[in-house]
Formats: sequence, C-alpha cells, structure tokens
Amino acid sequence: MKPFAYILLAIVVLAVAPAGAQNTAPQINFDSAANALTLPDDVYLGEVAGVATNSRGDIFVYTRTGHPYLSLGTARPFAHNGSRLFQFDRTGKFTRELGQGMYGFLFAAQVRVDPQDNLWVVDQMSGMVIKFDTQGRVAMLLGRKPEAVNNPPRAGGAGAAGGGGEGGGGREAGPPPGAGRAQDVFDRPTDVAWDAQGNIFVADGLGNARIAKFTKDGVFVKSWGQRGMAPGQFANVRSIAVDAQGNVYAADGGNGRVQVFDNNGTFKTEIKNLGNPQALCLTTGANPVLYVSNSNPPTDIDTAGEIYKMRLDGTMLGKFGRAGKLPKEFGTVNAIDCRTENTLYVGEIGNLRVQKLTLH
Amino acid sequence: MTRYRAAACAAVLLLATGSLVAQQKATITGVPDIPFTPVPNFLKLPPNENLGESVAVATNSKGNIYVYHRRDTTRLFEFDRNGNFLREIGKGYYGFEFAHSVRVDKEDNIWTVDEGTNMVTKFSPEGKVLMVLGRRPPAVNGPVIFPVGPNPPAQKYQFCRPTDVGWDPQGNIFVSDGYCNNRVVKYDKTGRFVAQAGSEKAGKGLGEFNLPHGLQVDERGQVWVADRTNFRYQVLDNNLKPIKEITNLGVGWTVCISPGPHQYVFHSNSNPNGNTPGSWDITGEIYKTELDGTVIGKFGKPGKVAPGFQVVHMMDCRNPNEIILGEIESWRVQKFILQATPASRSAAR
Repeated sequence: MKPFAYILLAIVVLAVAPAGAQNTAPQINFDSAANALTLPDDVYLGEVAGVATNSRGDIFVYTRTGHPYLSLGTARPFAHNGSRLFQFDRTGKFTRELGQGMYGFLFAAQVRVDPQDNLWVVDQMSGMVIKFDTQGRVAMLLGRKPEAVNNPPRAGGAGAAGGGGEGGGGREAGPPPGAGRAQDVFDRPTDVAWDAQGNIFVADGLGNARIAKFTKDGVFVKSWGQRGMAPGQFANVRSIAVDAQGNVYAADGGNGRVQVFDNNGTFKTEIKNLGNPQALCLTTGANPVLYVSNSNPPTDIDTAGEIYKMRLDGTMLGKFGRAGKLPKEFGTVNAIDCRTENTLYVGEIGNLRVQKLTLH
Repeated sequence: MTRYRAAACAAVLLLATGSLVAQQKATITGVPDIPFTPVPNFLKLPPNENLGESVAVATNSKGNIYVYHRRDTTRLFEFDRNGNFLREIGKGYYGFEFAHSVRVDKEDNIWTVDEGTNMVTKFSPEGKVLMVLGRRPPAVNGPVIFPVGPNPPAQKYQFCRPTDVGWDPQGNIFVSDGYCNNRVVKYDKTGRFVAQAGSEKAGKGLGEFNLPHGLQVDERGQVWVADRTNFRYQVLDNNLKPIKEITNLGVGWTVCISPGPHQYVFHSNSNPNGNTPGSWDITGEIYKTELDGTVIGKFGKPGKVAPGFQVVHMMDCRNPNEIILGEIESWRVQKFILQATPASRSAAR
C-alpha cells in the first residue's frame, strides 16, 4: 500500500468514526402509554411525520394518510391530497380534522405549535409552511406549491413536485448546492421554529440544505447553509429548534450532528456522536433540555432508534429506546413533542403511530 | 420487471404456445372429482356497494368473512358467516392501494398484503393497526418509474410487490415477496428479520422462486409456496430450507391449508387472466391433497357464469368442506360445499 493510500484510509476511518452514536450515555427508564390516541373507526394514521401539543394539552398529528392523486386528462399532471391533520384532546380522544382538502397537504413533514398556540404545518412535497390561528383558520403561508408534478421527476432531483423548485439551488447556475435563493421558495422543507421575538426559522431541509429566517410577518431576512460537511453546511436539515436566547439548533442528520447557530446564523458549535439526528425538541423553562432522536432508517429496525436527552451545551443526560415495532420501540422517529419534560409524544414513520412516553 | 415478464410471456405464447399450455396443464391423471354444491348469491352487499377484483378472501374463527378487493380504491369488507355485510375496515388507510392477500391468524387478527404499497399490515379484530411490515414508497420521490434491468437487491425490511402472508404455530411471520423480489422472508412475531429463501433474482432451483404468489404454513411449521411462474409448489422447512417441490398440479397460483389435527392442502391451477382460447380446457381446477402429497380429488372448472371459476386468486379452507373462493375476473366471491373426504380414504394413504 502506498503512503497516499494509508492517508486515504486514515481519512476514511476518521470520517466514519463520528457517525456512530454515543453509547456511553446512561439508560433512562420509561414507559409507553397503551392506546395514547383513540381514533374513530374510519380514521387511520399513516406515517406520522409530526406531533405537537398546545398549551391546553390538545394534540395535533400531521400524517401521510394516502398518496397524492395525479389527475389525468389535464394539460399537466396535478397532484392532490395525501396528508391529513388531526386534533385530539389531552386524553387522546379524537376531536376533529383540520384543513380537510387543503391545497398544500401532500406529504407531511412536521407540525409545531408556537408560544401563542398557533399551529404550523410543514409539507415536504408542496414545499409550504402553513400557519393556522387558534380558530383553525389559515393565518399565513410561506412557500408556494409547485403548480404541477414533473413526470418523470427531474434527473437527480428529489421531489417530483418539490424537487428542482425555483428555490432549488445547485440544479441551475447561481447559488451553491442546497443554498436556495433569497425568497420563500423551499425544496422539501422539514421543520419550523420561532425565537422569542416571533422571527420564523424554516428548515429547508432535504432538497435544499439551508435554514431560512423570516420576520414574524413573513418577510425574508436571510438564509444560511449549503450542502456539505463543513461547519455551517448541512448534509440535510431534518429538524430545528430555537432556545430562549435565540440560538438555533439544527439536526444535520446526514452529518451525524446537531449544529448550533446564533440568531443570525453564525455557527457557534456542534454536538456530535448522535448517529442520525432526525427529530429535535427543546423544552422551555429555567433548565431546558434537548431531545435528539437517532432515528433508524425506515429500511432497517436492527440499528439505532434511541433518543438522547442532553443539556443545551451537549452534556449527555441519558438515552432511551431502540428501533423496533413493539411498544417502547421506535420506527424512524420524525417528531418529538416535549412541552412537559418527562412526558413526550413521539411520532413514527415506520410504525404509523404516536407513542406517549413517560420518562422516570 | 413484471411488464418485461408479461412481454416475455406473450412472446413465449406466440412462439411456443404448445409448451406453455403443457406447463399450465396439470400432469397428474386419474384424479377423482369431488362432488360439490355452490351456495348461490353468497355475499349480500348493501345497495350501491360492490366488489372489485376480489383477489383475497379469508374467514376468522367465528366464520366472519373478509374480502380484500380492488374497487375505486382498494377496500377491506367484513361479512358475517351468512354473507351479510357487516362493515368496512381500513377506509382510507395508508397501506391500501392494490390488494393482493388477506389472511386471519389464530388470534383473529386480520393481515393484509398490498402489492401497491409494498406493505403488510396486521389489524386487530376490531380493525386497529397493530403492526406494519414494509414501507410504502414515499410520494415525495415522485412517480415510480418502471424499473429497467435487474431488480435491486432485496432488503430485510422492504418488499417489492409482496403477495401473501402466513404464520407458524409459534407466531413467526412468513411473507412471499413477490412480483419483483423472488423470495420468502421469515420474521419473528415482533417483526424482526430472521431469514429469507430466494432473492431478488428469479430462479428455477429448489429454494429459488419465480413469482412466489401464495404462501401458507402448516402445523408442523413447514412453509408451502405457490411458485407460480415456475409452475410448481415448493415446501420449505421452518428455516426456509427447501424440502420438496410439487410439479404435477399445474400453474401454482395459490395454496390453502385447513387447520386442525388433520390438515388438508388445496392447490389452485387457476385459469390464466385473459381467457385465451383453449385455456378453459386445461386449467381452472382445484386439488385437495394430504400434507404428505397424496392427491385426494379435484373440483371446479373455469367459466364466466357462476359456479364457474374466473381466475381463482385465493381460497379460504378453514372448514375443508366449505371452500370460499376469491376471483379476479368476475369480481365475486363464491362458496362451495364439498362432499367430505371419507375417513377410510384419508386413512388409506
């Protein structure tokens, strides 16, 4: 072997090593409530992309319930439906469906509730962030659903509908790969969060690899990030959260880390050895903690799956769970609600369910 | 891939109709006919309800009947033992797109196999989702372009147009997979991968498959596979090692094994889709056999008009003397009362 090859090998080893998840964290004991949600006979959850609670304890679930329909016999193929938004009361009893037939509900990405109890829905395929007020009325929209679906999908593109959108950098001359443009056009966005002033942060996310910041009125401020491995770059942005000081935490799943930025997107630090961070949740209050899910890939339940609990500086407090199909096991966690520190709602892609967890 | 397979089949049909017909025709001879009585208008649907391609039918321990069929969307209907409509399960459910199989396990859980979503779903008797195997291709990736070239490698937890499901007495789960993979997969009862036989590649050897289209497990834990495009059935042990093949019963569309201390196996040499000229003369019959392979008798023949069979796709044989058939091309489910096999005949193996 030539010296160059040794160097290459060393680089490979160094690059691979951090991808493994941290195994030294103590185990946290926990339980999963049986039948956390009660569904009517004709309502089924699909892949649960998002779960969130409001201040009254109402539970919202944004789920991929069926696939978008393409209409035939039209000038272009148009996509309709595919995801639904359900509300449950604090006991888990089904209350109602919100946004039935909504134009932007194609492929659920996330649902979050802001401090004022407004409901925010992120859709990966329509590329939209939809804000509902507490009455369930549409209050603001970011992004625009692509008019029609590219069929076949663009070469190398991610989504048929979202892929190669106008904001999709890297497929055209201009911004670096994944950087997007200075506008609210997203390419497979994944999540949304707010700072104390109400500024909006969108994780844009899987097609792009950036975070976009808007004022509380939806005016574009800036965006940062592009596809890559360096600090401030992302393999993807799967989830974000903002702390009381306005720092932004971004789950860079493909790079096996959580990156922390200040309120203007300046890189501060990174938390590594987390496997594949896919879902993030930050508690509020005097001693906030961060939950990070090392989600297993949907194609494999024999690896990963655990959720980490840590201080905001990355100090590990413990971990719990593993991939699998039984209660207390996880099938590709995509959402964590942590309004109460030791009572979590977890939404799973692989098991089509929400679990309510109590940590001991 | 199936499109290519279909094209290849068509080519074979044009060039060498004789050999294909020879394979469709069961080579066994001298099999006695089992007398049977059809139950006319067995399933009674409410006004404005109808069945689509009734590819899957199964009963639970109370005799309730589940029909998993391809209508406007794929639907799962439940009927009582007399054929009266009770309810629909899984309306709008994510795992339903293109029905292929429904089976009921010993605890009366209902399992669906959907070859449109690549998902196998376990429903409780109440109709709630308890477990899913496989993942639906994400819509955000856009329309699935028909794969060209060899099938991608089969993965532990993903299916490619799966076809059927069964369980051994310990509750291990077996899935036949399918139209683009060519394998049988074993999972433990919690859904963890244990083993597979076959692969993404079609093959003719023992333990290889070419469209494993139906699957059942007997009380000994042996796995029976209808290896359709190989025109045979294969029997595997509980760890999926091949034991034997059965090549004299025609095409090998689907298999049913009755429960209880004395199990019978039903094999359907279903007539092909499209009803090509002459196909009704050599296909369509269902064989009843012992577990050891002794052929007891046969019954039925193709036909558009009841009680003819129109591409039998699945059989229920919970009571081996009452067979319920799901058919593709007549959008119906039929029930037949068979004359019981005399004990002396069974004993005379």
